[in-house]
Amino acid sequence: MLLVIEQVLNGLQLGITLFLMSAGLTLVFGIMRVINLAHGSFYMIGAYVGATVTSASGSFLLGILAALGAAGLAGILVECIVLRHLYDREHLTQVLATFGLILFFNELTRMIWGRQPLFMDVPPWLAGSIEILPGLTYPSYRIAVIAVGMLVALLLWFLLARTRLGMRIRAGASNREMIAALGVNIKILYTLVFGLGTLLAGLAGVMAGPILAVESGMGESILILTFVVIVIGGIGSIRGAVIGALLVGMVDTLGRAFLPALFRLFLPGAHADGAAASLAAISIYMLMAAILLWRPRGLFPA
Amino acid sequence: MNKLLIILAAGLFLAGHAMAQDPVKIGMITTLSTKAGYLGEDIRDGFRLAMEMENGHLGGIPVELLVEDDEAKPGKGIQISERFIKSDRVTILTGVVFSNVAVAVVPRAIREDVTFLSANAAPSNLAGKDCHPNYFSVSYQNDNPDEVVGRYVTAVGHKSVYLLAPNYPAGRDHLAGFKRYYEGEITRELYTKLDQSDYAAEIADIRAANPEAVFFFLPGGMGINFLKQYAQSGLSEVIPVYGPAFSFDERILQAVGPAALGVKNGSHWTHDLDNEANIEFVAAYQKAYGRMPTLYASQGYDTARLIGSALKAVEGDMSDRDRFRAALRKADFASTRGTFAFGSNQHPVNDWYIREVVQAEDGSYTNRTLKKIFTDHVDAYAAECSM
Repeated sequence: MLLVIEQVLNGLQLGITLFLMSAGLTLVFGIMRVINLAHGSFYMIGAYVGATVTSASGSFLLGILAALGAAGLAGILVECIVLRHLYDREHLTQVLATFGLILFFNELTRMIWGRQPLFMDVPPWLAGSIEILPGLTYPSYRIAVIAVGMLVALLLWFLLARTRLGMRIRAGASNREMIAALGVNIKILYTLVFGLGTLLAGLAGVMAGPILAVESGMGESILILTFVVIVIGGIGSIRGAVIGALLVGMVDTLGRAFLPALFRLFLPGAHADGAAASLAAISIYMLMAAILLWRPRGLFPA
Repeated sequence: MNKLLIILAAGLFLAGHAMAQDPVKIGMITTLSTKAGYLGEDIRDGFRLAMEMENGHLGGIPVELLVEDDEAKPGKGIQISERFIKSDRVTILTGVVFSNVAVAVVPRAIREDVTFLSANAAPSNLAGKDCHPNYFSVSYQNDNPDEVVGRYVTAVGHKSVYLLAPNYPAGRDHLAGFKRYYEGEITRELYTKLDQSDYAAEIADIRAANPEAVFFFLPGGMGINFLKQYAQSGLSEVIPVYGPAFSFDERILQAVGPAALGVKNGSHWTHDLDNEANIEFVAAYQKAYGRMPTLYASQGYDTARLIGSALKAVEGDMSDRDRFRAALRKADFASTRGTFAFGSNQHPVNDWYIREVVQAEDGSYTNRTLKKIFTDHVDAYAAECSM
């Protein structure tokens, strides 16, 4: 039973990381109608800058701030220099351009930081484990990740639903021309939204830094999962991103954790492990297919 | 008068130049981009170091090194090797990092009578039934780094081991290598997704299964992820982990940090091996590149030195390939590993060690040789080779 609770926490934590990534991506896609394959690059920028600043200054919080700044700024620059010219083009052009950006950013990190992966450690004040239940300890850092993710979800909801800026963003999503005609500077609005999205990706990156390898190309491994999340959740919907991310995190983790034991009930050992490994690897895609059959536009279409 | 002198001098210079040999061309197909780019970088730098130490010569013969990035893709590797062979007319190929690239590139290259010297990848088929006079492995056979750990873990007395590897052919090969020499019980043999980043579920399963030790083969970033998360879970103090050298080279270790301290891993080379060639290599490499060499760098360096020994024996004459191959087979060079010889399948026969991750005086993380486990170890596939 304790194992089940621990695995559910693991799934929750993976889901929260995915949410931080997909929130930005779904905002950008839903509001600006731009497919941004380079979203993973901002995740990588967050991790690299966070790792560098943390090791130079010795302060994890400073690292987070620097990572947020760098990822947000990089996003704003990319929007002004590249994406702004692509809004009226078809999706294929956007895919090609942002794919080019992936290559560009991967090579750039290699030029600046070299080919060797960087080191980033859990800050000392989050290094231990907490006993949540008698007999069940869980790393404090992962609990912190869960808490930060939930906080961000709340803040995003507040920003979009309760503030004037959020109202404009939602208006811009429904009718671009109308809100421009009403005198809102849609250009700046788009730049801000894109910067917000990349800032969230940077936050996901720097939070993942102590757990994962900080290396060139690290964004691509999470990018695919992120796209699965926003397709499941409904493109453009923050609520969809929350639910989609949690679903994907849970199904992926619980599949990896319990499918082998399940298969061993009715298959011999080696076969069971092989079949379970294969099924666990495709479980989230099966989930996506099932949800799309049931609701072709995702769980919460925007 | 002056003019005449100049013409005379120029004439002499030209004559001298014409008498000098054309350099022997060596094609290096290696992985410089992607996450694994640092592996190819180290092989290339080790190889280049040997050339620079002889001013662009190997064994006194001028050589020209062509380097191309295969992006760890078999198709790209084949393209490069065909260009090297057909238009650059190289006679020696080397460098491939990944076994899937090697399996695609090697059979085509050796058919064209090009000699291929592997500086890393060494899949089982090329050591066994598909062995060939034109193919040499200077690195190892893929199973070796796991076999040595299997023997060591048995000797330490761990009665049960949990095995972890990515779900792809090399993952299964490496676990097979471990199992060949491990005599205890296998608690579980778990295969994970290739390029997986979060191992929380697997670590919870290890905790529940409670084996006496864990053996993992997770190359590159996967190993960094696993080791960090394993240490954060607190399990590393209860259940020790073991693995082949691939997750513990000096460049990965700096990214893993203290999480790898004390982990024992299997290798054929460490920078502290006490022999003259190695001491010279480690010092020269650090001076040239400002970093500690990895095993990949030592393999690149050894490959270059082996080529040098054979070029010297044939005086740079590549027209008689049988003579060149015979010279290679003698392995008449001072390897950084101390002892080095080729077995019947032209794979290395050398000693294997267990080493331990320690922190150096300058705060960086590195390995220390702990114990020799195998002496003159022959790989398991040599018997299947009918050469």
